[in-house]
Amino acid sequence: MIDLDNIKEIYASLMQNKLRTALTVFGVSWGVFMLLIMLGSGKGLENGVTQGFGDFATNSMFVWSKRTSMPYKGFPRGRNINFTNRDIAALKSSIQEIDIIAPKIQAYGGEGNNVIRGKEVGAFSINGDYPDYNRIDPVKILQGRFINNKDITDLRKVCVIGDRVYKIMFKPNENAIGKYLKINGVYFKVVGVFKPKSKDMGEDKSEVVILPFTTLQKVYNYGDIIGYFAITAKQNIPVSVVEQKVRTRLAELHSIHPDDKLALGGFNVEKQFKQMKGIFTGINILVWIVGIGTLLAGVIGVSNIMLVIVKERTKEIGIKRAIGASPKSVITQIIYEAVIITVFSGLLGLTAGAWVVELVAYFVNNGGGDTGMFSNPEINFSVAIKAIIVLSVSGIFAGFVPAKRAVSVKPIDALRDE
Amino acid sequence: MIILKNINKSYDIGDSKLHVLKGIDAHIKQGEMVAIMGSSGSGKSTLLNILGLLDNYDNGEYYLNDILVKDLNETKAAKLRSKFLGFVFQSFNLISFKTAVENVALPLYYQGVKRKKRNALALEYLEKVGLKDWAKHLPSELSGGQKQRIAIARALISNPKVILADEPTGALDTTTSYEVMQIFKSINKQGISVVIVTHESDIAQMCDRVINLKDGLIINI
Repeated sequence: MIDLDNIKEIYASLMQNKLRTALTVFGVSWGVFMLLIMLGSGKGLENGVTQGFGDFATNSMFVWSKRTSMPYKGFPRGRNINFTNRDIAALKSSIQEIDIIAPKIQAYGGEGNNVIRGKEVGAFSINGDYPDYNRIDPVKILQGRFINNKDITDLRKVCVIGDRVYKIMFKPNENAIGKYLKINGVYFKVVGVFKPKSKDMGEDKSEVVILPFTTLQKVYNYGDIIGYFAITAKQNIPVSVVEQKVRTRLAELHSIHPDDKLALGGFNVEKQFKQMKGIFTGINILVWIVGIGTLLAGVIGVSNIMLVIVKERTKEIGIKRAIGASPKSVITQIIYEAVIITVFSGLLGLTAGAWVVELVAYFVNNGGGDTGMFSNPEINFSVAIKAIIVLSVSGIFAGFVPAKRAVSVKPIDALRDE
Repeated sequence: MIILKNINKSYDIGDSKLHVLKGIDAHIKQGEMVAIMGSSGSGKSTLLNILGLLDNYDNGEYYLNDILVKDLNETKAAKLRSKFLGFVFQSFNLISFKTAVENVALPLYYQGVKRKKRNALALEYLEKVGLKDWAKHLPSELSGGQKQRIAIARALISNPKVILADEPTGALDTTTSYEVMQIFKSINKQGISVVIVTHESDIAQMCDRVINLKDGLIINI
């Protein structure tokens, strides 16, 4: 195996032409460095976007009512559609694939500052939710609790507020639980404060006041109108299947022409999520192709340099063989040399790359402010291990051709070489 | 020790063949000191290369220590070389980035001898050629005579049966040449066969026997 003499010899031969060695090292380490930076950035982008989803149920969909675009069953086109409370049971009973169905409604009106507490005022979205919605887009409860079933059935005048709302309406560290907020002219008791986990899914939920769905309907005179549905599919059932069934059923319930695509609006989260995953898979493949290409260029560089080194040292190899070096020992020496230069350069690139990625991660994570689409770029340890294995193997390949060349020269010809 | 029977060797030069050795018969006994003489082109270097297993021959038989050596692969040749033969070259052929002691120890490295042991032994052999104080020097810091003595020490360290020297004094002045020859003689006294290729007759005269080559044949003068 490799011993001190091998290492000494490798050192001596690499030091014979320092500039050349440095350039070779640079070639390989640049390849590894680029691969790492690209992997780290790709991962950072992916993390950023998936974090934006938070714990949002990706097997979910939304559907909302609009205006018909086709006459049907005697109704003219341009008729406004409103979902009603009856639809909840109708959908649930007829479509087995539905897991959670959470009707939602938003309170409109009350222009400008709709939330008042003493001298503090603010303009926030007022949402009516079922407790189930917290299973679709979960929030982090900072104080108190989320809306519960009792709130729904008893039409309690309570509310759960986002952290921005809390910040504006309350003093720092003030206990919000049990305090009252005047919302569109009606007083509601605060029972919870939350922080959203997902980012920018339609609205900034930190600036939302959530009321029990039924209370909102009643207090603001919405009757039995539902704003829109958030629905999740049962496990292993594609959301698109559920979406199709829900649309068909809603069309039946509200006398919408089966071909009227414009009467209902919708959003399939699963489809969007999958599309995004696809993009990241694409990015990843691209990164590897480019990275491996760069690395390959570096390794070919090593092979080239080894060929030159072998050519330069033909005489020396001849001497060694005359005094008893077997072809095998000549081959292994050259392969060692190639492997050491590749692995050393690779580790150099790996370290430099890891440092840069970590540095970027540090600034991204501690720099404050919303970095949006980029978060926590990272390189995992297994990639590093794989890289070392790949480098060693490519080192062996890089050394193989030059080593073969070295022993293909007969010792006598090698000795004659001047 | 060395028996040659009707050795023939020719080289391809383009379409034609150059017949270098045209049937060499020779017998070099254990402990003999032999000079091979001849003008350039007489085939003396080719003969030495064949003796040293550095080159193949076309026809004939070559027995080294009663082993027929013919059409060896490189690994086997390397093994035999390191077991029986020591080489001394005209241009010394020391490894430039290794110190004197490392150069001397190198053959033992290829035999798998441990570092400590081979360096100790190398120092011993350096002492024998009077260069113990120069052990840590690189070849570039040494004179021609010193280099050749180190090369001899390197040839000796593997305890060979035969030393093959290709114009060992060719690059040295007369005084150093004689010094080197004295070393060969003392080696020879220990029972090691020495074969020296030379074109200097005074060097050849110092050997027990001279083999004269002319146009690929041994001639008697």
